[in-house]
Amino acid sequence: MGFEVRVSEHAIARFKIAAVALATWPCARLIWLATQGGLGANPIEYITRSTGWWTLAFLMITLSITPLRRLLGWPWLARLRRTVGLCAFAYALMHFVIYLWLDQFFDFAAITKDIIKRPFITVGFTAFLLLIPLAVTSTNAMVCRLGGRRWQQLHRCVYAIAVLGVLHYWWLVKKDLREPILFALLLTLLLGARILRVNRAASAAPNTE
Amino acid sequence: MRDSFIADLRPGEITPREVYESRRQFLGRALNGALLMGSGVMGWGAREAQAGVKLQGIRKGAITLKEPLTPLKDVTTYNNFYEFGTDKSDPAQNAHTLKTRPWTLSVEGAVKNPRTFDMDTLLKLAPLEERVYRMRCVEGWSMIIPWVGYSLSELIKRVDPTSSARYVEFISLSDIVQMPQMKHGSLDWPYMEGLRMDEAAHPLTLLCLGLYGEVLPNQNGAPVRLVVPWKYGFKSGKSLVKIRFVEKQPTTTWMRAVPEEYGFYSNVNPAVDHPRWSQAKERRIGEFGKRPTLPFNGYADQVASLYAGMDLAKFF
Repeated sequence: MGFEVRVSEHAIARFKIAAVALATWPCARLIWLATQGGLGANPIEYITRSTGWWTLAFLMITLSITPLRRLLGWPWLARLRRTVGLCAFAYALMHFVIYLWLDQFFDFAAITKDIIKRPFITVGFTAFLLLIPLAVTSTNAMVCRLGGRRWQQLHRCVYAIAVLGVLHYWWLVKKDLREPILFALLLTLLLGARILRVNRAASAAPNTE
Repeated sequence: MRDSFIADLRPGEITPREVYESRRQFLGRALNGALLMGSGVMGWGAREAQAGVKLQGIRKGAITLKEPLTPLKDVTTYNNFYEFGTDKSDPAQNAHTLKTRPWTLSVEGAVKNPRTFDMDTLLKLAPLEERVYRMRCVEGWSMIIPWVGYSLSELIKRVDPTSSARYVEFISLSDIVQMPQMKHGSLDWPYMEGLRMDEAAHPLTLLCLGLYGEVLPNQNGAPVRLVVPWKYGFKSGKSLVKIRFVEKQPTTTWMRAVPEEYGFYSNVNPAVDHPRWSQAKERRIGEFGKRPTLPFNGYADQVASLYAGMDLAKFF
């Protein structure tokens, strides 16, 4: 399906740069708003929410690359996957540091209590911890060192991370679930596409043997 | 009794008038512009009801605080008023559709003298006082707000509750035309809150008609709202249309929505966490760090006796 688009190494490098440039926009916007006093009455809440929202958004974009690649028949899209994934990690890191610093002021006793006692923080923290090995192993050298298969197995963690991330958002809102529901539906679609494909492959397998 | 209570409160400093006036100059300009635009079509009566119009004859209330006021801009742009949307910035953007004149507040139920008050009557019912209160939201932030109004007890004594009046319900406006964001159904409407009779009659409980010396802005619950400073903010119903005296403890909107998270009393209590977050600290709007939350929001001297012998973790 789709049409063949040949993309040079040069173009892929440019796409990567463009992706990173676009990904810095939400962060640049926050900095701009901060200098203009545009973050509202509770700036720390605003930047916490915003970086969290963008973490989820970049996770969703990362997870949509493979289905899109198959749908459009653009194999080169896969080359952007790690770049976008790293952008998700960058926002998760900002989100986490804001929590540690501006929300809890490095009060590690309170933070530990929070992580243990508050389910939404427990799942958010778990998702962040799981993201770290993925970010660390995102270089070409690491892919080679681990070997393609093991690398891929490790990076399947992103499915759990996305589920935990959406749950984190779902559990924190006071009442209005509209946005968490949208993320959950999108994630269901993205993971559902993979499950369907695996099932189809499994049922097709006996015939080919 | 009431006067001696007020004298017990430690007198403090109110932010000087010049300071808060300069803080809101920029907003005043915007509001003046809006008023001028509207004056062609609105009569004087309608204009009088607009936010930004000064309320006349306000006494400096004896109830005040030493803490600096939260700027008017923050008080009027960071609101929880779900009828106008669930984002804190939504009410300021959407509440212009609320029509605050004509407006009536009907007081009914277990009273000998049920009455419907219009706004002119409410504004003259008792001398208006400026009361500087702490406002602690259940979400963990707080403000210092100079409200204008008088003790709800002033209204209560005029309707003469019967002996079966043990609780009071406060019902907010529910009008999909004026409040289009209601259709998202984030809560069951109308918004309803409740107090025990002694809480409602407590002198700190304020029937509020203004803030910063002016008519209440729509997003802050115009034209008439409740302010119960020792309870989380959601207990203070906005844009009230009905007050009902009842015998049984009401099931409030938040109790119905999430019973395990919101109890009837909802007194500010650093020792009783919200099931999903700690209530030990709060972020005062405008401050960088967090400060410890005080039992009963710092009004323990005045109200703790109302709850003597009660397990506050059980009656949260």
